[in-house]
Amino acid sequence: MSEAIYVLIDHSQGEIRTTSLESLVTGQRMAEDSGFSLHALILGHQVRSLADQLATRKVESVVWVDDPKLRDYDPDVYCEALSQILTENPPHILLMGHIYQNIDLAPKLAAAINKGLVTDCIGYRKVEEGFVFVRQMFRNKLNADVQIRSASPWIVTLQPGSATVDDLEEGSAEVVERSADLSTVEVRRKSLEAFEPIKGKVDLSKAESIIGVGRGIKKEENLKIIEALAEALDAEVAASRPVVDNEWLTRDRQIGSSGQTVAPRLYVACGISGAIQHIVGMKNSNCIVAINSDPNAPIFNIASYGIVGDLFEIVPALTKKLKGL
Amino acid sequence: MKIITCLKEVPARDARYELSNEGTGIKESDLTFEINECDEYSLEEALKMREAHGGEVTIVSAGRQRAEKSIRKGLAMGADRGILIRDEEGQLNSPHAVALALAEVLKEEEYDLILAGTQSDDWSYAQTGVLLAQLLGIPHATIVMEIQADPTQNRVKALREMESGWFQWVELPLPSLLTVQAGISQVRYASLKGIMQAKKKEIRTVELSELNLDLDSAPQVEVLRVYFPEAEKKAEILEGTTEMVVEQLVEKLRKEAKVL
Ligand SMILES: Cc1cc2nc3c(=O)[nH]c(=O)nc-3n(C[C@H](O)[C@H](O)[C@H](O)COP(=O)(O)OP(=O)(O)OC[C@H]3O[C@@H](n4cnc5c(N)ncnc54)[C@H](O)[C@@H]3O)c2cc1C
Ligand SMILES: Nc1ncnc2c1ncn2[C@@H]1O[C@H](COP(=O)(O)O)[C@@H](O)[C@H]1O
Repeated sequence: MSEAIYVLIDHSQGEIRTTSLESLVTGQRMAEDSGFSLHALILGHQVRSLADQLATRKVESVVWVDDPKLRDYDPDVYCEALSQILTENPPHILLMGHIYQNIDLAPKLAAAINKGLVTDCIGYRKVEEGFVFVRQMFRNKLNADVQIRSASPWIVTLQPGSATVDDLEEGSAEVVERSADLSTVEVRRKSLEAFEPIKGKVDLSKAESIIGVGRGIKKEENLKIIEALAEALDAEVAASRPVVDNEWLTRDRQIGSSGQTVAPRLYVACGISGAIQHIVGMKNSNCIVAINSDPNAPIFNIASYGIVGDLFEIVPALTKKLKGL
Repeated sequence: MKIITCLKEVPARDARYELSNEGTGIKESDLTFEINECDEYSLEEALKMREAHGGEVTIVSAGRQRAEKSIRKGLAMGADRGILIRDEEGQLNSPHAVALALAEVLKEEEYDLILAGTQSDDWSYAQTGVLLAQLLGIPHATIVMEIQADPTQNRVKALREMESGWFQWVELPLPSLLTVQAGISQVRYASLKGIMQAKKKEIRTVELSELNLDLDSAPQVEVLRVYFPEAEKKAEILEGTTEMVVEQLVEKLRKEAKVL
């Protein structure tokens, strides 16, 4: 039998998560490059309809594990189920999205079965001896190519947005039911209520122009120069997470993976370094301007126009210029 | 409550990196180092818990000798003692290896709660805390925004951040491990008194070689190459005096990007 690539399919409230479909796209490419077979792996309870949906994709099979204990995510239960699957009939690689749930799960699984784990990859390259994975680090200023040298299965988590769901190929596959013996797992974590804090009043998704402000602004009082620029441009003010953590602006103005996603015509990033968790929330903006004193700030890698300099000089000058038009 | 906080020393936030000669890492000689951001927050949480429930806060760090300075800073903030697992050669070159070393030392310690950060600002693995919990056989929760410990009932409640702005409270029995998110509180400054006291506090050094770890049996992940990323669409950098760049920018926004 040829080697297999498994993609773990996460789902919530009856829907497959986008990051899992992105991982499936990467899986399809890796399968093509290597000749390995590709399988979607879905855990849950009464999710047959999701398994059927996956069966319309270009995969060799959909492996479906149904158990009432898998209804909601629990690290002990999910780790046990996956450990069994990865040991009984080990694939070469298990891919999954680098999302909160898998940040909670993947290292536990890796330690439980003593296998190599590479997290938050943005891509891969096929080489003779297998795959090399690319990851970002050092506050997104550096990349690394890494390779797992120890025995498979390897566990690899993929950064959200590292592939495009539109590229998913259609096909037809059989659904194979597998079981896991979860009778002896001791559930130690008790999940209490989940809640979504009341959504803010500010809906930034409709804004034509947004001025994003980051930790480079240094103090709450300094926000007035940002507000003046926003007024001159008729723009909304938004922020990176540290600005919101400091309560200089309200949470509903945070852009990024734990905030809002926006795609205005113009996004001006002032004193924002360009961490991936911020970028995912604004990278589809039509025109991005970055103002940052650090010429190596990763925000310049996705901006259209960049100004390397002190925002305390540039921002007021820009405001003045715009007002004079 | 006996609380252990994991502390990693990382290059300072404004560091300008240069690649090492081998191309598989960075040159460390010209950099200044500081406490990994979320580890400051987990220390702050630990100190608050000790204030509320009594007990002891111990900092543990695996790294080079220079990490002693960061441990000392944590002691000045108020931690009681520190443990440095000295790895001068950088043999702990994967999160799995680091977790094995931490686990080996912590097996000898008494603890109710271990805190780690969600991820390091240098290699950004987002693995070490969870690996450590599994190696020690204790439950864990990740990306924690708030902690409510109840040592008399032997349990802790933690607020987890989840996808798309959702949050969830979970409850774990003690001992357990939490990974703390940066920015969840205001981190205290070390007082002058704290700095003076820290000089007398104990930092126990454990040589990595004393631990007899079988690192060869741990999963091996090799870094082939470290490099500066190529930009998807590198920004057009506007040059000149402030007046000139502002002038150019407005011009480009009007005529090229047509967004004004
Ligand atoms: C699970 C998780 C979720 C997260 N979710 C989000 C999220 O939704 N949104 C988000 O934004 N972040 C999020 N983060 C945090 C993210 O990783 C970064 O820490 C954060 O985006 C950094 O914000 P920043 O760019 O404002 O600050 P920094 O990274 O500190 O950057 C400040 C920048 O300002 C520049 N600067 C300083 N002084 C000046 C000056 N005078 N003039 C010009 N420039 C100056 C500096 O060169 C630097 O580049 C998340 C992190 C995690 C782990
Ligand atoms: N060498 C180390 N010594 C002590 N704690 C560490 C070390 N490396 C990682 N950690 C802890 O694990 C967290 C996550 O690191 P990482 O898995 O590298 O993203 C850090 O915030 C620390 O709390």
